[in-house]
Amino acid sequence: MLARLNVLLLGLLAPALSFAGDAISATEKQPLNIHAIGMFVVFVGMTLGITKWAAGRTKSAADFYTAGGGITGFQNGLAIAGDYMSAATLLGLTAMVYGKGVDGYIYMIAFFAGWPIILFLMAERLRNLGKFTFADITSYRLNQSKVRTMAAVSSLTVVCFYLVAQMVGAGQLIKLLFGLDYTIALFVVGALMMVYVTFGGMVATTWVQIIKACMLLAGGTLVMILAMSQFGFSFETLMSKAISVHSLGEKILFPGSLLPDPVTALSLGLGLMFGTAGLPHILMRFFTVTNAKEARKSVLYASGFVAYFFNVILLMGFAAIIIVGQNPEFFEGGNIGGKIIGGGNMVAMHLAKAVGGNLLLGFLSAVAFATILAVVSGLALAGAAAISHDIYARVIRQGKATETEELRVSKLSSVALGIVAIILGIAFEKMNVAFMVALAFGIAASANFPVLILSMYWKGLTTRGAVVGGYSGLVAAVLFVLFSKSVWVTVLGNAQALFPYDQPALFSMPLAFLVTIIISKLDNSAEAQAERAQFDDQYVRAQTGFGAAEASAH
Amino acid sequence: MSSTSSQRAVYARIRSNPRFAELVSKRQGFATLLSVIVLTIFYGFFMVVAFTPNVIGQRLSEGSYVTVGIAAELFMFIFFWVLTAVYVKRANGEFDDITTEIVRDAAKEVK
Repeated sequence: MLARLNVLLLGLLAPALSFAGDAISATEKQPLNIHAIGMFVVFVGMTLGITKWAAGRTKSAADFYTAGGGITGFQNGLAIAGDYMSAATLLGLTAMVYGKGVDGYIYMIAFFAGWPIILFLMAERLRNLGKFTFADITSYRLNQSKVRTMAAVSSLTVVCFYLVAQMVGAGQLIKLLFGLDYTIALFVVGALMMVYVTFGGMVATTWVQIIKACMLLAGGTLVMILAMSQFGFSFETLMSKAISVHSLGEKILFPGSLLPDPVTALSLGLGLMFGTAGLPHILMRFFTVTNAKEARKSVLYASGFVAYFFNVILLMGFAAIIIVGQNPEFFEGGNIGGKIIGGGNMVAMHLAKAVGGNLLLGFLSAVAFATILAVVSGLALAGAAAISHDIYARVIRQGKATETEELRVSKLSSVALGIVAIILGIAFEKMNVAFMVALAFGIAASANFPVLILSMYWKGLTTRGAVVGGYSGLVAAVLFVLFSKSVWVTVLGNAQALFPYDQPALFSMPLAFLVTIIISKLDNSAEAQAERAQFDDQYVRAQTGFGAAEASAH
Repeated sequence: MSSTSSQRAVYARIRSNPRFAELVSKRQGFATLLSVIVLTIFYGFFMVVAFTPNVIGQRLSEGSYVTVGIAAELFMFIFFWVLTAVYVKRANGEFDDITTEIVRDAAKEVK
């Protein structure tokens, strides 16, 4: 149990972080936090109101999956930023800067740098070609059944692993912040998620995400300003004090254990950059905006908010070194330098309490809970879309399902995913689930991304290549993670890892590209010729948006 | 997801328009250039972190706590974001104007 929460939270953040597991301690149940619960109830009331309003506007499949394509670039930018700035970002990264200094900042830039690339290479084509799911793009000119099944299988795998990691993290975190029982916390999260997604679809999910992003930005900024005021808003004063009291001293200015070797560095960079570009719930956000113009703007706003918030976190982390790290109130037994009450991930919360009292602590706790809720809702919606739009409507019913039927299946799928998430969350309570996020990012970067980018850029791609390549990326990512230290040694208890790195992307992603390209090149069937011939029309649509899915009437 | 025959006719017209080739090569060239800039700086920085970590902690000037690492990262946050703004401005303005024109011409001729 000890040391697990940190591993877990950092795991939510990204696979490569599990090294930092030593910094942390227990996830003991805390006393009931009245301010936090009060503010959370206000948040839930507000979002349920929005869900009711959204339910009235969610009539067609387009409304359900993509909010009718009527979200503006600014709103979508906030929602994407919300998807990206999870509770783990706030708590895990603040804790990382607090514990290891500039390492946390290096990690943040890796998390950020994928966005410009997504904008330059993908955003416009995604919007012009896609409708509800990214499989719309990969199957555009290929065999619908085979390619959609492959895309849905890998999407659901990504969603499930990510969902379980989030749920376990949520249960632990809520136990800590609110003093609620783990199982009760899981039921609260699962039930609210089902209500948002089933009744409000993408409209509600987007607005929940927007509200939460605003709360997070406001809460973080307030804590940062109050903390910095203690140092006369001077970075120099802050740093000189932080270095003089930190146990690592000057070393907090140098890279530490984050990037021990170039292979890990590259794999981290690749995995984060292209894993993000293959996450189904992130890709889906590009179909909610009116057109390619708005899709581009959403990346501009999203990356602006993310960049800003990461720098706020850097200052929070450094300020916490002095404000939290020197205050006996926040250490067990009042023993400065000992164990932090509630574990290392509570640093951001302690900082809020130190600079703004119980009220600010309550607010930030409510923000953390809201954040988890918003992220799992987005995941559940992406999973439901893969089941209903790809598998049910296009594969099982071969495109003959009515919109009503498809909608019914998608709502049932959301409920089913919610139940699965709760059950798995309970089953995995005592397990270290950090590897699940490594797996989710690995699969996204290895199975989804290569096929997606090739389908948009390479005329030669054929059904056979896409399917074989996609499945090999999926299997390779799963096997690499299974044989890595985080599963083979930590979970399964073997002595020696068979694969030396925790992050599979550097190996499984090139493999998927290679297999896809070779198999496609060798494919000279009549279908393959026809598929290549259709690329030219697809290319024109990708570039100009002519024929792209339009925003629905309202 | 197959297109209608009138759509296909429009696609064919767009393809034969030299302005389309111009749009694609201009925009793709611009996007590629910006991507190369971002990737080079980003992976260059990561190589420094991996191979010569001591450089990261060096201070920019005596008595200042702003280090090479902190300054470089702050620069990347700002510069990469400025590049996205530059791309969005040009793509939403110049490139989209050409796109609208090409699509309008093609749709008109097909009708």
